[in-house]
Amino acid sequence: MTSVPIPALSEAGRALCILFILLVPLTGAGLALINTGLGRSRSAAHSMLVSLCVVAVAGLVYFACGFAWQGYIERPAHVLTIAGKGWNWIAKEPFFFRGLRLDGSPDSLAAWLQMLSVGLAALIPLGSGADRWRLPAICASTALLAGCTYPLFAHWVWGGGWLAQLSACGLGRGFVDAGGSGSIHAVGGLTALSIAWILGPRHGKYSPEGVPAAIPGHNAVLVLIGCALTVVGWLGLNCAGAVLFTGLAPAGVVLVGVNTTISAAVAALAAVMITRMRFGKPDASLVANGWVGGLVASSAACASVTPAAALVIGLVAGVLVPLSVELFEVRLAVDDPAGAVSVHAIGGIWGVLAVGLFARFPQPVAGQWIAQVAGIATLLGFVLPLTYGLNWLLNRLLPQRVPLEGERLGMDVYELGATAYPEFVTHTEDFMPR
Amino acid sequence: MKLAGFLLLLAGWVIVLSAVALLASARQQAGFVLAGLGVEAVGLVLAVRSHLAFAGEQE
Repeated sequence: MTSVPIPALSEAGRALCILFILLVPLTGAGLALINTGLGRSRSAAHSMLVSLCVVAVAGLVYFACGFAWQGYIERPAHVLTIAGKGWNWIAKEPFFFRGLRLDGSPDSLAAWLQMLSVGLAALIPLGSGADRWRLPAICASTALLAGCTYPLFAHWVWGGGWLAQLSACGLGRGFVDAGGSGSIHAVGGLTALSIAWILGPRHGKYSPEGVPAAIPGHNAVLVLIGCALTVVGWLGLNCAGAVLFTGLAPAGVVLVGVNTTISAAVAALAAVMITRMRFGKPDASLVANGWVGGLVASSAACASVTPAAALVIGLVAGVLVPLSVELFEVRLAVDDPAGAVSVHAIGGIWGVLAVGLFARFPQPVAGQWIAQVAGIATLLGFVLPLTYGLNWLLNRLLPQRVPLEGERLGMDVYELGATAYPEFVTHTEDFMPR
Repeated sequence: MKLAGFLLLLAGWVIVLSAVALLASARQQAGFVLAGLGVEAVGLVLAVRSHLAFAGEQE
């Protein structure tokens, strides 16, 4: 099958790309603050520390072997021939970035961006495993994500793999995901779901009748500062992704920036309206989830839709995410303190689907929606079983959940020996008999 | 039941993969891709229900 063309970058384009990539760590800082603020005060220092560890482990593992599986467009890959067509399954790069010239070429910029993006994907499950996930298990699970699950799917989408090549089967432009709604967020969100399933709910979260107790986040200010940081990083992530993975000309990043901003803004306001209608007053944590959900949903289509379509994408994400948080918590017994599954998996899948519904290249292309649905089917049918299976096996070898004593003391004292707020915060005892 | 759910998820994906690899007509591809997604939906429901049963046992 034909390969996706490598983008041509001028000097100015490279400089812009470098600037965009430099913004991306702000997304990680924002997600870490959101996860911490939505968790308990007795696990706050642990949450920030594991965020740093996760970004470090993910970056190093990606450097060691992740890029070797992911590769980039027009670089060596294993190709399987089915029905006379060549299907690009996995990259064939040397380990440790050997063979990659770090000189500002598109492949070196993509490798750098991916070292940071894989850290973002790995931060997402921290939100669903908050207050009960052990540090060694977190690092091991991150290594599996950064060394196996993430590079494999990212190769199919961004490395010239079979999903990107679906255009040769008459399916539009092939699977399109400019900023990572699927490759970063849905992969991270489905891993978050696997972690929430494997760890089980926090002690005291559900009554014997299955009724959930509200365990509110301990610091809404951290959460909202995190939201403000994420939008800056997201602008960089979407712009860099659009240039490096869809071949967008640098002038086109204005559209990407406008679409990203519109989508986040509309999603946040929609979440305000939804929570006000449901609970009488706007809920800060759910509005924060809606804001990030809008950013997540904007990523895939940021370079290929009109601002009006971005508005619709954000509106749907802003409605979908808060309702989904409630569905997972109340109906499906998934204890996800940060709403990571709803924000990143549901928001990401909606973003991917939105490309099929609204994308213009510059006109609508026949079959694009089939390519996007094939990508969603791959996320649900391949990535979810893979990430669940890997984490289930890991849990057999290295138990991922802390003992009850760890939950009672809090992760700060149990794993770090000191609390985040030694003199300022008292917390209620959740472990008293009801 | 969870294993059955995940096997159905995989089966749905294989249907989608086969559809885009082997079929030429867009209408056939669309039909089989949607059918594969339907199989995945059944698998997802099974996986969710098995988690609900597990969570109930834990309580």
